[in-house]
Amino acid sequence: MSRAVRFAPLALLLAIIAALVWRLATPTDTNVHSTLEGKPVPAFDLPAIIPGKPALSSAHLATGQPHLVNVFASWCVPCITEVKVLQALKQRGVHVDGIAVRDRTADLADFLARNGDPYERIGSDAQSQVQISLGSSGVPESFVVDGKGVIRYQQIGPIEASDIPTILSQLGRAR
Amino acid sequence: MKRLLLLATLFLAQPLLADSNLPPAYWSERQLPDPRQEAEAQALMEQLRCLVCQGQSIADSDAELAGDMRDLVRRRIAAGEKPDAIRAWLIQRYGTWISYKPTDEPAAWPLWLAPIALLLVGGWLIRRRITVRRS
Repeated sequence: MSRAVRFAPLALLLAIIAALVWRLATPTDTNVHSTLEGKPVPAFDLPAIIPGKPALSSAHLATGQPHLVNVFASWCVPCITEVKVLQALKQRGVHVDGIAVRDRTADLADFLARNGDPYERIGSDAQSQVQISLGSSGVPESFVVDGKGVIRYQQIGPIEASDIPTILSQLGRAR
Repeated sequence: MKRLLLLATLFLAQPLLADSNLPPAYWSERQLPDPRQEAEAQALMEQLRCLVCQGQSIADSDAELAGDMRDLVRRRIAAGEKPDAIRAWLIQRYGTWISYKPTDEPAAWPLWLAPIALLLVGGWLIRRRITVRRS
C-alpha cells in the first residue's frame, strides 16, 4: 500500500472534523427571510380590532412617508419588550403600524394597556393570511416600508434597543 | 419538607403560551368536499415546508401557522387555483426554501447529477472486476 493511500483515511477524518468545527463555529441561519424586500407590499385590507384605533390596509402604507409595520400579537412574549422599543421609535417621529396576528380585541386591549401603545393603526390578521402574503414566518417581525409602499427592510425577531440605529437608518433611506 | 415544598412548586409552573387563543382556521383540519380537489390540496401540502417546524411539511405540522397555510391552500384549490400557481405564489414570498420539490436552479444540480455520477462509478467498478477476472 502506498504512503498516500495509507494516510487517506486520516486525511478524510481530519476533513470531516474540520467541516464539523466550521459548522459549529458558524451555525446556519434558520431564519426565513422574506423575498419581498425591494418589492411593493402585497395589497391587503385588514379590519380594525381595537375600538377607536384605525384599521390598516396597504393603501395606508403608500402615503409618501416611511412606515414601520410591526407584525405582532398579544400572545407573543418577546412582543412585550419590543413594544417599549417601538415607543422610543415613535418618540423619534417614526410612524409605527401594527398587524395583530390571530388576536382578540379583549386580549389586545389588555396587552396595549399593560405595555403601552405605539401604534397609529392596527389591522387584525385573524388567520395569518396577510402575515403569509408578506413572507413573514412568525411574531414579532417588522418591515420598513417606504413612502411608495415598497418593502425596504425586514427585521426578524424583536427590535431591541441595540437595533434602533439600524431601523432609523433604514427608515431614513426609505424616505 | 423543604424539598417537598420545592417539588410542589413544580406543579405551579405554567407552560409558556406560544400559541394564540383563536380557534384553528376553518379549512386547517377539514377536508374539501370534492375528493379530487382534496387530493390535489393534500399532495401540495405534503410538499410545502412548515415555517415553524422547519423539518416538517404543513400537512404534518401542528403549528398554528401551518394550519393557517393549510387553510390558504385548500381555500385557493377550492377556488379553482392550480397547485403550481399556489406554490409559485409562496416561493415568491419565502423563496424556493418553502417547497420540498427540487428545483432546476444551480444549487440543486449536484442532487440531479449525483445518481448519474454514482452509476458511472458503479459501471467503472464492475468493468474493473470483470477485466481482472479475465486476466
